[in-house]
Amino acid sequence: MPDARTTYRLTLDEPLRLEGGRVLPHVEVAYETWGELDDAGSNAVFIAHALTGDSHASGTTDDPGWWDTMVGPGRPVDTDRFFVVCANLLGGCRGTTGPASIDPATGASYALDFPLLSIRDFVEVHRRLVRHLGITRLLAVVGGSLGGMQALQWALDAPDEVANAVVVAASSRLSAQNIAFSAVARSAIMRDPEFSEGRYDEGGGPRSGLATARMMAHITYLSEEAMASKFGRRIQDADEPRRRFGVDFAVESYLEHQGSTFLDRFDPLSYLYLSRALDYFDPFSEPGALDAAASCPRPPRFLVMSFDSDWRFSTEHSRRITRRLEGARLPTSFREIGSPHGHDSFLLDVPDYLTTVAAFLDRAHEEAGRAS
Amino acid sequence: MRPDLEVVAGLVPPGSRVLDLGCGSGELLDHLTREGGCTGTGVDSDPDSLVAAIRRGVPVIDLDIDSQLDQFGDGSYDLVVVSQTLQATRRPDDILGEVGRIAGRGIVSIPNFALWRHRLALLLRGRMPVSPVLPHPWYATPNIHLASLVDVEELFATAGMRVQERVLLDSSGRRTVLARRGPANLVAGGAVYLLVSQTAGGAGGSDSLVR
Repeated sequence: MPDARTTYRLTLDEPLRLEGGRVLPHVEVAYETWGELDDAGSNAVFIAHALTGDSHASGTTDDPGWWDTMVGPGRPVDTDRFFVVCANLLGGCRGTTGPASIDPATGASYALDFPLLSIRDFVEVHRRLVRHLGITRLLAVVGGSLGGMQALQWALDAPDEVANAVVVAASSRLSAQNIAFSAVARSAIMRDPEFSEGRYDEGGGPRSGLATARMMAHITYLSEEAMASKFGRRIQDADEPRRRFGVDFAVESYLEHQGSTFLDRFDPLSYLYLSRALDYFDPFSEPGALDAAASCPRPPRFLVMSFDSDWRFSTEHSRRITRRLEGARLPTSFREIGSPHGHDSFLLDVPDYLTTVAAFLDRAHEEAGRAS
Repeated sequence: MRPDLEVVAGLVPPGSRVLDLGCGSGELLDHLTREGGCTGTGVDSDPDSLVAAIRRGVPVIDLDIDSQLDQFGDGSYDLVVVSQTLQATRRPDDILGEVGRIAGRGIVSIPNFALWRHRLALLLRGRMPVSPVLPHPWYATPNIHLASLVDVEELFATAGMRVQERVLLDSSGRRTVLARRGPANLVAGGAVYLLVSQTAGGAGGSDSLVR
C-alpha cells in the first residue's frame, strides 16, 4: 500500500558535533518511512542511500523510488513486514542540512564554509533520527555503495543498535583509482567559471561542471559489457555519423541525458562534500575499530556482497571488508554475484542478489520474532 | 543430517570455532551451533548452497577453496572441517597445509576408492565405479582426486598431520565397526579422520592405522 510520497523533516534537538570538530548548531534531516513499527520495535530496517540517492527508496509507478527492486511490499526489504526508514544524507540537498542551507551565524548559505563531513557524521544524524522514532535496535541497516559504507560504520560504532548489516558493492577504503575519479569530478565542478567560490544562486552555478562530473561517474557505474550491450556503437538520431564533435553515438546521448537530468536534482556543492567523505573513509585503519563489535554480547551479523562486473568497487574491496570482519570473529557472510551491469547492479533486478538479501532478512526477521 | 556429518559432529569438541570447507547448505555448522555451542564460518561457492546457508543463519563465505583460503588468518579457527570435499579440490596436499595453518586441527571425511566393490567394478567390468559413495559418472564427478584410505593416510603423514582418530564408514556413510578388525581399505566406504598438525604442537609420530 504505497501512499503518495510523504517526506518528514526532523530538527535535531541538540547541536551536532562533527567528527572533524566543527559544530553544526541546527540540523534538519528529511526522511520517509514505509510500513508499521511493531509493538516490540523490532522490525525496523534503515536504508542507507548512495552518493546521489535520496530518502525516496521506494515509490510507485508514477513516482518511482531509487531502490524499487529491493524495497517494497513482498520485496527483499518487505514493507509489509518491516518498518522501513530512509533519510537524506547530511551535506545533501534534498531536505537535510547541507552546504546550501543557511548558516545561522551569518544568515547566508554556508557554501564552502560548510564543514567537511565523514561517513560517521552521516551515521550520527541517522542514529539520532532512529532514536527519535523510538527504535533502540534496528533489525538491519541495508546499503549499497556509499550506503554500504554507512551500514558498516554504524555496525562498527554502535553494534548494539544494529542486529544485521547488509553491505553491498561498497569499500572500506577507496583505491587511488577511485579517488582519482572523485578528483576529476570535483575538478570539473570547481573549474567551471560559474563556480564562484560556491556562492551562486539557486539553479545557477557550475552546471556544466556538475553535468560533466555526472557523465564521468556514470561511466564508472556501468561495466564495459553493459555499455556494449546497451549502446554498442549505435548511431544516435541520424542515418550515418555526422563526424563532428557533437553527439553521434547512442552512448554519448545517454551520458548527455544523465548529465543534464542530474542538474535538476543535485547541488554541485553537495557533490563535493559527499564525494570527499568517501575518499577519506577508512574505518579499519582506526585502532580498535573492531573492538566494540567484537566484544558485543549480541554482535551484528554481516552480509557483504559484490558484483563480478563492478570495477568501481570491485570484489576485492568487498573481500577486504569480509576479511576484516571475519578476522574479528564477527558472523559474516560474503557473496560475489554474477551480473553484467557493473556497479549499478545494486539498484537493479539481479535475481540471485535479491534472493540472497531476502534470505538474510527472512532469517533476521525470524530470529527477531523468536527473541521478542 | 547426512550420516557422515553425524560422525564429523561427534568429533567436534563443544564450543569450538569451526571453519567448514565445502559446507553446502550449512547443515553441520547449524547443528554444531545449536547443539554444541560452537561458532564458525562455512565456505562454498555453489549459489544455491550459499543462499540456503544464509537462510539458515550460518555465516558463509563465497570463495574458491583451491585458491582463496588466504582469506583466513593463521590460527584463526580451532578446527577446519573438510567433509567430502578434499577429493574435489585441485591440490589436496595444499588444502591440508592450509588446514594446518588456519587451525592446526582438521576433520577430513573422504570416500574410499579402494572399497572392494570399486575394485571389482574396475577389475571385472573394466569400468569406473559408481556407488553410493561415488555417485557420479566419471565425466560429471566433482571428485577429481580419488584415493584409497592408504593413499590419504600417506598424504596426511607427508603433510605433517597426525591421525588422532579414525572412524570408518560403511557405504551409506554410517559409522561401521565391521571394518575395525578387518582390512579397512577393502571394506570401508570411507572414513572420517581427526587430524592434528605436528607443527602446531601435536604429539609427534604418525601412527599407521592402515591394515
